[in-house]
Parts: sequence; structure tokens; C-alpha cells
Amino acid sequence: MTHPNALLHRRDVVNELLRARGDLLVIAGLGAPNWDVSAAGDHPNNFPLWGAMGAASMIGLGLAMAQPKRRVLVITGDGEMLMSIGALATIAVEKPANLTIAVLDNERFGETGMQKTHTAAGVDLAAMAAAAGIRTSRVVRTQAEVTGIRDLAHQGSGPVFAQIKIHPEALVFVMPPADGVILTTRFRRSVLGESALYN
Amino acid sequence: MADIGAKTGGQGSSPPALPTWPDEVYRALKDAGVRQVAMVPDAGHSRLIRSFEADPETRLVTLTTEEEGVAMLAGAWLGGERGVLLLQSSGVGNCINMLSLPAICHMPLLMIVTMRGDWGEFNPWQIPMGQGTRAVLEAMGVIVTRADEPDLVASTVQGAANLAFNTWRPAAVLIGQRVLGAKNFKELARK
Repeated sequence: MTHPNALLHRRDVVNELLRARGDLLVIAGLGAPNWDVSAAGDHPNNFPLWGAMGAASMIGLGLAMAQPKRRVLVITGDGEMLMSIGALATIAVEKPANLTIAVLDNERFGETGMQKTHTAAGVDLAAMAAAAGIRTSRVVRTQAEVTGIRDLAHQGSGPVFAQIKIHPEALVFVMPPADGVILTTRFRRSVLGESALYN
Repeated sequence: MADIGAKTGGQGSSPPALPTWPDEVYRALKDAGVRQVAMVPDAGHSRLIRSFEADPETRLVTLTTEEEGVAMLAGAWLGGERGVLLLQSSGVGNCINMLSLPAICHMPLLMIVTMRGDWGEFNPWQIPMGQGTRAVLEAMGVIVTRADEPDLVASTVQGAANLAFNTWRPAAVLIGQRVLGAKNFKELARK
């Protein structure tokens, strides 16, 4: 039993978000969220980013609009979300019902030496998302609340935004394929079928 | 030459004829199967944007910054939809690192760029990015074509769309200020 005020562990969080994932489509932001999603199990319905910082949430929007019958979950970090903070306004305006954005907030730039991000000084991403107009926007501090986000990602009426406070721990890298063509092709083949292989 | 972004007319007393090339571009993009349109508005795109606003088959998304559109259209492609990014040349600079995505993933990306800092420019602040636009795009692996005559815009867009969606590469069309008409701030300031 963990202390109620103890910070969540990022891989526990991601394992729960991806529990019984079904045909969930997952975009992972660069750095540790990529490794976390991969640690939960590499999957053709994952599109893990190795660069293009700031892309994750907007890839999620484009995908959610293209596949309105599928559920899309973006798992990214606080630094990555901050880099494209305006995307929260764009997503709030578009109101994709099938999109959930889960920010793993360790208040650090984890890949570059654990420098503090703006959230360490109290910048409230969930409040920013809510102010943009994303009505279901929460700060998450317990595993039970993570389960709530997991359920919203699968069945809720989006867009959903969660700022999940996690421990600033550095874990072993679990890496998916790095080549963009492989990642793109396997994802499209899984979602769209064999026709996706042909120009 | 009409400046379709400004309410002021062209030279002389007769009002300029409305340019029809944006309507041809709209049809070319529809023929190419475009379903998602991402844009930061530019006056030169205003007539095309109005066409998409009136089109229930197309999702028109206003961005806060142009690189959002590069990412959004990558997501669209992952989900099997085609899109286009409408932007001004100044916005190309905002896209630089995000252009890694279509380059490394061999994704189609169709960008239609209305030029500033180009033929007849009045505002010196537009010059650096306008003059750097082609170099920036090409440095990031985007195939660039350019139209400087109204009659050639739609066919240039059509060619870039075919190239992008058939070869799965990023492609940009630059529409020169000779087509768009250069703003004259001094003239506007007198109004």
C-alpha cells in the first residue's frame, strides 16, 4: 500500500492506461513516454515518437478526426506538452470526442539531465486545458484516478486531458523500432489493412 | 493585380476582376482527396479558405502555429486521410523541426505557401523569412515548386499533390506575390 501522497510511478500509470487496450490507438511523445509505452508492450497500434517534439497531441487530433470510430490516446511528457501548449486551444475548438491526452508530469526534462520544467514552478497544465475549453481536464495523483482516465480514454466523451503527477525517476530505456517508415507502415497496415502498403 | 486580402482596389478606376485561381486550387485539392485542411490564415488564402468553410466534407482546422498542422496531417495520414496545410511564408519558419516527421516517416505532406518578402514587398520585416522560405523547406527535405502566374497555380498544386500523395513525400507550392498582389501599407495608411 503506497502512501496516499506518494508520487505515482510512470510505468504503473502507463500499464494501467493501456490495460486491456483493445483496439486503442496510441501516440507516445518523445523520450520517457515512448519508453514507458514500449515497456507496456510494443504494438503496431502504437506510434512512438523519437523526435518532432511538440507533435504528439496534434498527431492525436489528426488521427482522431481521420478515425472517428476508434479511440485515440496520446501519452506524452510535460516538457513535450509545454512545447505545443497552443495545441490545447486548437484541440479544444475541434472537440474530438475520441481523443484523450495523458501528460506524464514529472516536472522535469528527463532526457537532458532532469532540469525542472515550468510545471515544477506550479504551471497548471490541467487548468490551462480547462481554460482552453477542454471540459474534462484533471490533475491525477492516485492510481484510482489513473483508472478513471483509462476508462475515459476507452469510453468517455472527449476530448479528455489528464495531468498525471509522477515520480521523477530515471528508468531503463525500452525502445521500439526507431525507423519512421517502419513505425508508420506497421501502424497504417494495422489500422487500414494491406492496402496501406501500396502507393 | 488584385490584392484579395485588402478591401482596396488595384490601380486605376475600374475594380479588379476577382481572381479565379483559388477556385481552381479548391477543385484540385478536392480531386486529390483532401479531407483535412489545417491553416493559419493568410490574406492570399482567404478565398480558398471560404471555399473549405462552405464544404461539409472537409474538416477545416485553425491552428495557433503552423507546425501544429504538420503534426496534425501526420496523424491524418496515419488514420488514412489526406490533408493540406495552408500557410504564409513566415509560417514556414515555425515548421522547421516538425518537418522531421514527414521526412523521416516518408509521409505525404502538402503545403501551400503564400509568399511575403517577395515581389513588391513593402514591409522590411517580411524579407528575411520570405527570402529564406525555399531554402528552409529544401533543407528539411520538402520538394518545392513555385507559381508566379495565376494561370499556373492550380496545375502546380495538382502536380505537388500528386507528388506528395503518390510518392509519400512532403511537397510545397510557393505562390508568389506577383500572383497575390503586394500590400501597400502607405496606401492603406491614407485610407
